[in-house]
Amino acid sequence: MKKHILDLFLTRVVHLHERYVLLQATDPVAPLPEMLPGQFAQIRVDGSKETFLRRPVSIHNVDRQANEVSFLVQIVGEGTRALSRLQTGDTLNVILPLGNGFTMPESPDEKVLLVGGGVGVAPLLYLGVRMREMGVEPTFLLGARSQSDLLQQEAFRALGRVFVTTEDGTAGERGFVTQHSLLQKERFTRICVCGPKPMMLAVARYAKSVSTPCEVSLENMMACGLGACLCCVEDTQQGNVCVCTEGPVFNINQLKWQI
Amino acid sequence: MADLRVDIAGLHLKNPVMTASGTFGYGLEFQDFVNLEDIGGIIVKGTTLLPRQGNAYPRMAETASGMLNCVGLQNKGVDYFCSHIYPQIKDIQTNILVNVSGNSPEDYAECAARIDELEHIPAIELNISCPNVKHGGMAFGTTTQGAASVVRAVRQAYHKTLIVKLSPNVTSISDIALAAEGEGADAVSLINTLMGMAIDAEKRRRVLSIGTGGLSGPAVKPVALRMVYEVAHAVQIPVIGLGGISSAKDAVEFLLAGASAIEIGTANFLDPAITVKVAQGIDEYLDRHGFKSVKDIVGIVE
Repeated sequence: MKKHILDLFLTRVVHLHERYVLLQATDPVAPLPEMLPGQFAQIRVDGSKETFLRRPVSIHNVDRQANEVSFLVQIVGEGTRALSRLQTGDTLNVILPLGNGFTMPESPDEKVLLVGGGVGVAPLLYLGVRMREMGVEPTFLLGARSQSDLLQQEAFRALGRVFVTTEDGTAGERGFVTQHSLLQKERFTRICVCGPKPMMLAVARYAKSVSTPCEVSLENMMACGLGACLCCVEDTQQGNVCVCTEGPVFNINQLKWQI
Repeated sequence: MADLRVDIAGLHLKNPVMTASGTFGYGLEFQDFVNLEDIGGIIVKGTTLLPRQGNAYPRMAETASGMLNCVGLQNKGVDYFCSHIYPQIKDIQTNILVNVSGNSPEDYAECAARIDELEHIPAIELNISCPNVKHGGMAFGTTTQGAASVVRAVRQAYHKTLIVKLSPNVTSISDIALAAEGEGADAVSLINTLMGMAIDAEKRRRVLSIGTGGLSGPAVKPVALRMVYEVAHAVQIPVIGLGGISSAKDAVEFLLAGASAIEIGTANFLDPAITVKVAQGIDEYLDRHGFKSVKDIVGIVE
């Protein structure tokens, strides 16, 4: 897929709460390029002395009619803080689409589980949208530390069933996603996961134990995002490969995790 | 339109802008963003005689105005380059150069000899300055004897333009440059990365997998500029300047300091189209100041 450097125009900046911001942007001059669920953008960060590199951010959703793309950003450091200070009308310089994306279901009959932890829910919205377009109604299992960390619940509910766990029990079942009762009651044809590595590892182990194909989205630290610098490598069955070009989505069998 | 052509010991560049090894892949990774043929020269990823897996992750740490890396020369080896990558890039109508690294003078020489046979590779850049490998690399580039031993071995095996890339992690970079010149190097390029370290205060540990890494980006530019100036005054062979160049203004400063051509590295990560913009910007600078050729500004700052 051809990659583009674009100056997008921010149409909406929504502070979901103090640690998360939703950036919605349009290309004012041309239709946005085709993007796949699980792909990401490299967003330039302006106005921060501490940071230097672009920030890889997954594509949260794409609205073809409105020619808009959205990004869900967790504020963790200076770079993401600078992004959170942007306002409607500001320019967002992005390189996209980058990476490979999740494998889509083979037929509308598939029963797919999408598991997200924290800000890892970000790529699952667009993934769910595209699955619905092909007639698959996905099931979401979303984990967070606390109720206030659960993001975009209404948008997920519009796409399929949503099950929730929180570590403090303020919403859904108390505990981690892998402890949710859903996993004891139902089986799925494939599982897609994005979240903190310990969570993805736990889900990968569950998937392997029930022999369900499972893909995880990695977030190794990147510099270029284009496969040039070889900084973001993951040790896989094929040796060290760039997460930015060979991933960010990997089948768990490709990885050398202790699953 | 000024004349942007430069000549580096038989290597003809349509403009003085090249890409620094390890920051531009094999060029193909950037063809969505720039017309590769508009770049004076593309120096591809560091290549070694045998495949290398490189260092473990994490290999990168962001710093103020720069970044540290400890990739450690991950590459699939010279045979893979010749059989799989060369056919894909040989017809790009610009200079494709290979950056060559090794563990011993013999290693370097054998790798260089294989590349000597490739018709469309007019030059190599000898990397005696990689700070991220245990054996070879920078070990050769930090003593005059080490530098001389590698250049001597490669000079016998390689017959086209030989550029030697120097390490800034030395007391006198001019001495190393003179040693390379003395053994028949056609040009020197400098600087490779400056050795540095990053520590995560929250986790109380070093960030990079091998503890240290090479610093690049705008943070190193003043150091690089000083070293280019020094070396250009010490040697007779052409000097290629690099280190934090992010704009045409930066590039012009290196040319004024004595560089005949420049390389753009880390800036490719921020703007994958920067190379062509810098070439255009140099042209505009020359026009604005009434210079007919880029050669007219090389080393004119006293």
